[in-house]
Amino acid sequence: MFKITDKSIIGADEMILNMGPQHPSTHGVLRLKIITDGEIVSHIEPIIGYLHRCFEKHCENLSYEQIVPFTDRCDYLASMHMGHAYSIAVEKLLDVQLPERVEYIRVIVAELQRIASHLIAVGAFGLDVGAITPFTWTLRDRERILDLFEQLSGARLLYNYIWPGGVAHDLPSNFIKNTEEFLNYFEPQIVEYNNLLTTNKIFIERAADVGIIPADVGINFGVSGPSLRASGVDYDLRKTEPYSIYDKFDFDVPVGRGEMGSVGDCWDRYWVRVKEMEESIKILRQALKSIPDGDVHEAIPKKIRPNKGEVYSRYESARGDVGFYLRSDGKNIPTRVKMRSPAYCNLSVLNEVSSGWMISDVITILGSLDIVLGEIDR
Amino acid sequence: MNSKFLQDKYKDKIKILDNGSVLINSDNWEEISELIKKNNFDYLMSVTSYDLQIDDMLGLAYNFYSTTSRTYLEVRIEFNKETEIQSVANIWQTANWHEREAFDLMGVLFKNHPDLKRILLPEDWEGHPLRKDYKEPEFYNGMPMPKDKSYWE
Amino acid sequence: MEPVKDSLTLLGKFKEDNVVVAKLDDLINWSRAGSPWYFQFGLACCAIEMMAAAGPRHDLDRFGAIPRATPRQSDVMIVAGTVTLKMASRVKRLFEQMSDPKYVISMGSCANSGGPYWQHGYHVLKGVDLVVPVDVYVPGCPPRPEALIQGLLELQKKIKTETPLRKSKEDE
Repeated sequence: MFKITDKSIIGADEMILNMGPQHPSTHGVLRLKIITDGEIVSHIEPIIGYLHRCFEKHCENLSYEQIVPFTDRCDYLASMHMGHAYSIAVEKLLDVQLPERVEYIRVIVAELQRIASHLIAVGAFGLDVGAITPFTWTLRDRERILDLFEQLSGARLLYNYIWPGGVAHDLPSNFIKNTEEFLNYFEPQIVEYNNLLTTNKIFIERAADVGIIPADVGINFGVSGPSLRASGVDYDLRKTEPYSIYDKFDFDVPVGRGEMGSVGDCWDRYWVRVKEMEESIKILRQALKSIPDGDVHEAIPKKIRPNKGEVYSRYESARGDVGFYLRSDGKNIPTRVKMRSPAYCNLSVLNEVSSGWMISDVITILGSLDIVLGEIDR
Repeated sequence: MNSKFLQDKYKDKIKILDNGSVLINSDNWEEISELIKKNNFDYLMSVTSYDLQIDDMLGLAYNFYSTTSRTYLEVRIEFNKETEIQSVANIWQTANWHEREAFDLMGVLFKNHPDLKRILLPEDWEGHPLRKDYKEPEFYNGMPMPKDKSYWE
Repeated sequence: MEPVKDSLTLLGKFKEDNVVVAKLDDLINWSRAGSPWYFQFGLACCAIEMMAAAGPRHDLDRFGAIPRATPRQSDVMIVAGTVTLKMASRVKRLFEQMSDPKYVISMGSCANSGGPYWQHGYHVLKGVDLVVPVDVYVPGCPPRPEALIQGLLELQKKIKTETPLRKSKEDE
C-alpha cells in the first residue's frame, strides 16, 4: 500500500462526497463529509448527533437506580460494561463494601461481555474489508454467549443486571458448568479465525500499514483502549490501577508490535482485539475456579442517597476508557451525570489519520477504530 | 491528586476543594493550562459542564491524567454564563470536540476555538438543553413534540 | 408419483399433468409476499437484533428476505431503533425514494412510540409513524429475533389480503 503525497499528479478539482447517515458500512448513523481530490482524501469531517437520545437530561430527572437501564442503551454492544462502570462510580460516592461473590460474578460477566463485543468488532471489520464468512462465524459464536446471558438475566442484549451495590440475580445452578463448556468449545475457534483472516494475504494487504496512529498523537486526541494499545502504549486500566478484584488474576496485556506492517496500523488494532479475547479466556478460567459463596443482595442499599460531592471514576470497557462524572446534592436524584465515552475520542482522530489515503481505506480505518454510535451521541 | 505545583505558584488565586480538585478563576486559565501541560499532564480525559443554579453561574470541570507519573488532576472554573473561556484545543486536541459539546448543550462560550458550532443537536436548534431552566419547544420543523401520553391516549 | 392431498409443491397435488386456474390477484400477492427484500435501516440497539435475525441461528433468508443497501431495490423498510429529530427528515426522504409497492415495519418501542425516551427526550421523535405510514409494529426493547420474524410473517399475511388489480369502490 503506498501513500500518494504529491497531489498534483491527479490534477482534478476538489469534490465533496457525502457518506450519508444511512450507509451499510458505517457502524451506525454517522455522516462523513469527505473532501477528496479524485479518489484521495484530503479532509474528513465526521458529523454526529443523529442518535442523540438525551441521556444526560434523563439522568437529571431519574433516581440513581432508575438510570441503570439507560446506561445499558448507551453502548449496546457492551452493556454490562456500562452498567459496571456506572455502579462503580455510585459506589465510590456511597462508599459501600461489596461481598466477594458479587465482585467475582461481575468480573465473569464483564469478561464474557468483552469477548462478545470483540467478536462483533472482528467480524464487522472483516465485513468492511470484504470478507463475509468470518462475520457469520463470529455471530454464531456470539449467540452462545448470549444464551449464557439469557440464563442469567433474562435478556439477550440489554441486561439491566449490574446494580449499584450488587447484581440483580444470583448465578443459576448450572451456569458455571455451561460457561466452562463454552470456553472449551471457543478456544479452538480462535485458531480457525486466525487461519481464515489474521494471516490471510489479502487481508494483510488491505490492513497493514494503513491508518497509522502514532502514540503521541493518540494520547493528545484522547484515544484509549485497544486502539491505543496497538500503537505501542502499554496501558490497561485493569493492570495499572486495578478496580474491583482484577489484581487477583494473572493475565498479560497485548501491545501492538507492528508484526505485519508498522506499529499502530489497522492490522495491529485488529490483532490486539483477537489477543484480548484469549486473555479474557484466561481470566475467566481463573475466576470460575475460585468463586466463593455468599449473598449477592446484602449490600444493595434500600434508597441511594449519597452525600454532597463529586466523583470521577474510570473503567476499562471493550472500546476503551469509560469515565463517569457524578455530582450529587444530597438528594436521591443526581444533579449532573456526564459519561465520557471512549468512541467519542477515538472517532475524533479519524481526520488526522486518514488524509492521503483512498476512500476504501477510510472504511478500513473506521472499521478498525470500532465505534458504536449509541455511545458517541448518548 | 497532584496539585502542588499549582499551589506553589498561585497561592491565593486558587482554592483547593474537598476532593482535591483545584478551583481557579477564568482569567488565569490560559497560563495555568500551559503550566499543566509543562508538568507532563498529557492526557485530558474529559471536560464536563454543569449548571450551578444560583446567580446564572455555570461551571467547567477538566480532568487530567499523566501517563508518565500516573497521577490525576482536576481543575474547575466557575463563571457567569456571559463570560468567554479560553479554549485549550490547541494544547490538547481532545478538547476540540468536548468544548463543542459544552457549547452545544450548556451554552458555554469559548474564545479562540478553531470551529465552535453545534455538534450533537441540529444547526437550527434553539436553546441549550442541559440548563436547568430549559423549556422544550412545541414543534420542530413541523413535527409535534408531545410531552405526555395524552397525545395518543 | 402418488398425489398427496396437502402437498407443499404444486406438482405433488395431482396424479398427472393438469391445468391450474387461480386469480391474478392471488398470484401477484404470492410473489410479492414470498420475497420481501428489506432495506436495512438500523439505527440503534434494535439494529443488532436485526443483524442477529439475519445471522446463522435465526435465518431470515429462508423467508426470502435479504438485506439491500439501497432504497430502490427494496420492498420493506425495517425502521430499527430510535428516530431522532435530526434523522427524521432523512427517514422521510428515503421512504419516498423507495418504489411502489412499499411497506414499513416499525421495530422496537423507540420506533413505535418513543420508547424509554418518551418523557424527557427533547430530541427524540415519539414514534416513526409521525413521518412515514407504518404497516406492522413489533414491540419489545429490543424485540427478540423471533419477534421480528413474526412481524415479517404478519406483513406477509397483510400483503396476501391486498387487491392490486381489482377496481375498488373509491375509484368509481
